[in-house]
Amino acid sequence: MNTWGTMNRSRPAKTPFCNLDPRTLLVAAMGAAVCLSSLKCAVPACAGLALAVALAAASGPPLVPLLRRLAAANFFIAFLWVTVPLTMPGETLTSLGPLAVSREGVALAASVTVKCNAIVLCFLALTANLDAPIIGCSLERLGIPAKLVFLFLFTCRYIHVIGEEWRTLQTAARLRGFLPATTAHTYRTIGNMLGLTIINSIDRSQRIYEAMLLRGFQGRYFTVAELKAAPRDCIFALLFLCALVALLYADTRMGTSHG
Amino acid sequence: MHISEGVLTPAILGAGYALSVAATCAGLRKMDYSRLTTAAVLSSVFFVGSLVHVPIGPGSVHLILNGLIGLFLGWGVFPAILVALLLQAVLFQFGGIAVLGVNTFNMAFPALLCACVFRPFMGGETRLRMAGAFCCGFFSVAGAALCTALALAVTDEGFLTSAKLLLLTHIPVMAVEGFITALAVSFIARSRPELLLFSVKRKGGAPCGITRPA
Repeated sequence: MNTWGTMNRSRPAKTPFCNLDPRTLLVAAMGAAVCLSSLKCAVPACAGLALAVALAAASGPPLVPLLRRLAAANFFIAFLWVTVPLTMPGETLTSLGPLAVSREGVALAASVTVKCNAIVLCFLALTANLDAPIIGCSLERLGIPAKLVFLFLFTCRYIHVIGEEWRTLQTAARLRGFLPATTAHTYRTIGNMLGLTIINSIDRSQRIYEAMLLRGFQGRYFTVAELKAAPRDCIFALLFLCALVALLYADTRMGTSHG
Repeated sequence: MHISEGVLTPAILGAGYALSVAATCAGLRKMDYSRLTTAAVLSSVFFVGSLVHVPIGPGSVHLILNGLIGLFLGWGVFPAILVALLLQAVLFQFGGIAVLGVNTFNMAFPALLCACVFRPFMGGETRLRMAGAFCCGFFSVAGAALCTALALAVTDEGFLTSAKLLLLTHIPVMAVEGFITALAVSFIARSRPELLLFSVKRKGGAPCGITRPA
């Protein structure tokens, strides 16, 4: 499953980044996330957002899933917008009944919103075409411990299996007339279903391990995917690094000139 | 519950990563591959649990399950939650990769503490076990909310009230999680009590209490 949630791996990859090494893309996405979160001034943050929008536009993502992803990422930000402007002490911008909206609060919430969306857009633009096995393989080549990568790949694999098992239990409960409500019966039913899921999954994990031992598993997980860094990876990485350093430099300059 | 990208300062992001990486390494060292498959399926249960909505009054809350997973995995809860949160960040954009360290620590650290404190209750009599499981679920979520609120409050003074509100709004979640954990543990105790015998340490790294055919 790739990051757009589609199972179709043969989908032609058309983004300008699809020819780059997945490792380059992952490192670039991580670098962008760290760099953009450390920005303090408004102008570099907006420039970062512009860069992210440009990258996202270049990768040409499907619009509806993109908006859904952005909505998910902004859920927490919405909570901050509801609370921070009303509760942060500072100069009053306007008042809503007894509550005062502070200028500092709005500025803080706005800065967080810009940075969050910039990071998410950057991440989606760069990693949109990577599916979980490729991400796992790249992580291993980047020096992440083999055991953690094994855990990552197996979790990807079994999320659907466990999810399917849970849905089967839910269907069984619904067929028996179970209607969730705030009652002890609902909680007991959900608790039992969860207990059953855990028992089944632990049993399943034992069967998986035994099946792997039978097939000669010795603690190494091989992959047929080939990862090769090409000159274009270096060019992309250099350009991206320059953009990030420029943002950080502008931020430091503006930070010192203001304060 | 997940903190989004771009909210926290680099210092806190770095601290979160440092703590999570250290604990994850410790967790991985304690596990061999037979335990890793268990950790992987329980990590999937954690992922699926976050999509399960439990009705409470007019609304609903989703399960967090860090306490229950912690109970079974001990130190292994760190790598399991790290992986599940990484997948949530990659597949759904809940949380993110820069805040992954902080979010992992927030969820896994209270779960680990609760597992250490409440595991001894699991082999005992029914009432003690129910109480221990309730507390395990309740305090894992309470600790996660507290850590999240602390991370926010330390980042900027402007987030202080938001952090307090976050903690308050999680009180019903803690209660629901406590009840569900207690009921799930009671179900497991009735149908497969040997899974809850955590004090039995097995050579060869099989998960505590999990018997494997010879």
